[in-house]
Amino acid sequence: MTHDAQKVVTDPLLDNNPIALQVLGVCSALAVTTSLATALIMCLALTAVTACSNASISLIRNHIPSSIRIIVQMTIIASLVIVVDQLLKAYAFETSKQLSVFVGLIITNCIVLGRAEAYAMKNGVGLSFLDGIGNGLGYSVILIFVGVFRELLGAGKLLGYTIFPLVSDGGWFTPIGLMLLPPSAFFLIGIFIWGLRAWKTEQVEKSEYRIHQVHRTEVL
Amino acid sequence: MSENESCATSNEKTSVQGEQPVPSASWNFLKMSNDSTAKTIIVALLLCLVCSVIVSTAAVALKPIQLKNKSLDKKRNILQVAGLYQEGKSIENLFQQVEAKVVDLASGEYATDLQPGMFDQRKAAKDPQQNIVIPVNQDIAHIKQRAKHATVYLVKEHQAIKYFILPVHGYGLWSTLYGFVVLEKDANTIYGLQFYEHAETPGLGGEVDNPSWRAKWPGKLVYASSGIPNIEVVRGTVDRSRPEAIHQVDGLAGATLTSRGVSDLLRYWLSDQGFGPYLKIARSRLGESL
Repeated sequence: MTHDAQKVVTDPLLDNNPIALQVLGVCSALAVTTSLATALIMCLALTAVTACSNASISLIRNHIPSSIRIIVQMTIIASLVIVVDQLLKAYAFETSKQLSVFVGLIITNCIVLGRAEAYAMKNGVGLSFLDGIGNGLGYSVILIFVGVFRELLGAGKLLGYTIFPLVSDGGWFTPIGLMLLPPSAFFLIGIFIWGLRAWKTEQVEKSEYRIHQVHRTEVL
Repeated sequence: MSENESCATSNEKTSVQGEQPVPSASWNFLKMSNDSTAKTIIVALLLCLVCSVIVSTAAVALKPIQLKNKSLDKKRNILQVAGLYQEGKSIENLFQQVEAKVVDLASGEYATDLQPGMFDQRKAAKDPQQNIVIPVNQDIAHIKQRAKHATVYLVKEHQAIKYFILPVHGYGLWSTLYGFVVLEKDANTIYGLQFYEHAETPGLGGEVDNPSWRAKWPGKLVYASSGIPNIEVVRGTVDRSRPEAIHQVDGLAGATLTSRGVSDLLRYWLSDQGFGPYLKIARSRLGESL
């Protein structure tokens, strides 16, 4: 059991990463990674929502009519996202101003619904909660990776502290403007997936890979 | 893990049947078939009820803190732009140096019937009773409509006005920029400019928040000798040898549209459509007192 639980949390970090392998939740990874601080808050918010929605859906999974299954899941997720958004506005006002609409858009983040549908509907409350934490952390790994590179190369800073002094402030570093625009996150995620699959070759998709087995709910 | 994934699509059938038996509860709702219409409706209703209670509890319980945050944030921005902000000191205490007044923009006089604490300029801008629609040819700030009144903040020294803190807003590239421009007592020299709300690209248009760019504003003059606001954010750097350099500020690299938006919104709000009449009266009163 403990081994199971540990696997549920650690698996999504690299072996079954929601962004790198399942390719879910890419849209928000592009939007909130221009600075590391917003990326971190987004990770926290998403992890909290995924864990809580997984737990609540798992709790009532035996009584969810299959005809309204997705609506039930969405209602629970949406409610949790509103609560998280309200909490951020109350206790992390500055960051919530920067994240603006993207907290609300956690509702449409496919990782949350994907985990609810693929895991929480069939597993116990505790494991579902841990699965939510694990996938939230897996998402966080990528966001932090992308956020570090984008903020460092795009603004010469990390968490707002200057690492490379900019030319405009009398330093030597000319920021790469592209890093601040969403396409750069695509390149960085691509490089991450490339690196990950070069290291863990079992993640490389075979040509006979049956695409219908991957559970995708991505709306881009 | 991956097995879970792969059978996810067949989940619809298995989740309904292959489950642990429902506990022998006395309540027969739990024993009902999940797919019966009655249960579907009951589950939907219960879920909505529970979720709405949770959401409204959170919204109502956190509202006071959120409103306090918003008003503190605005006050902090006003203090910062006027150079009165001190790290670690109570914002409420520092804000006592600032006096808020509501101005009737058309006449330029203070509106005595509106309380500064009660008047919400953004709400008023949307209320047909309290706003005006800006004619397209005058709408250089791209805001379509504005309130008839505006809240100005005054910093006084020895009973005389030292700074005028004027709220301005206008469209940049992606978003409406909301901020304050501070004029010195001659109602012409800029003392500072700061935006407290915008969603421009971080690192490009978002550099309107950069202290080193904001430091280029103090000392610039708004009005040309003709009385028309001539302040401008130029592309690239200002040629200091030219006479109009006193009205010009360096543009933001890579953010031409945001820079243009800043020029336009300042020109709009400081023109006769905006605070022009108010500032004219202020200038004439300054002449009297001298």
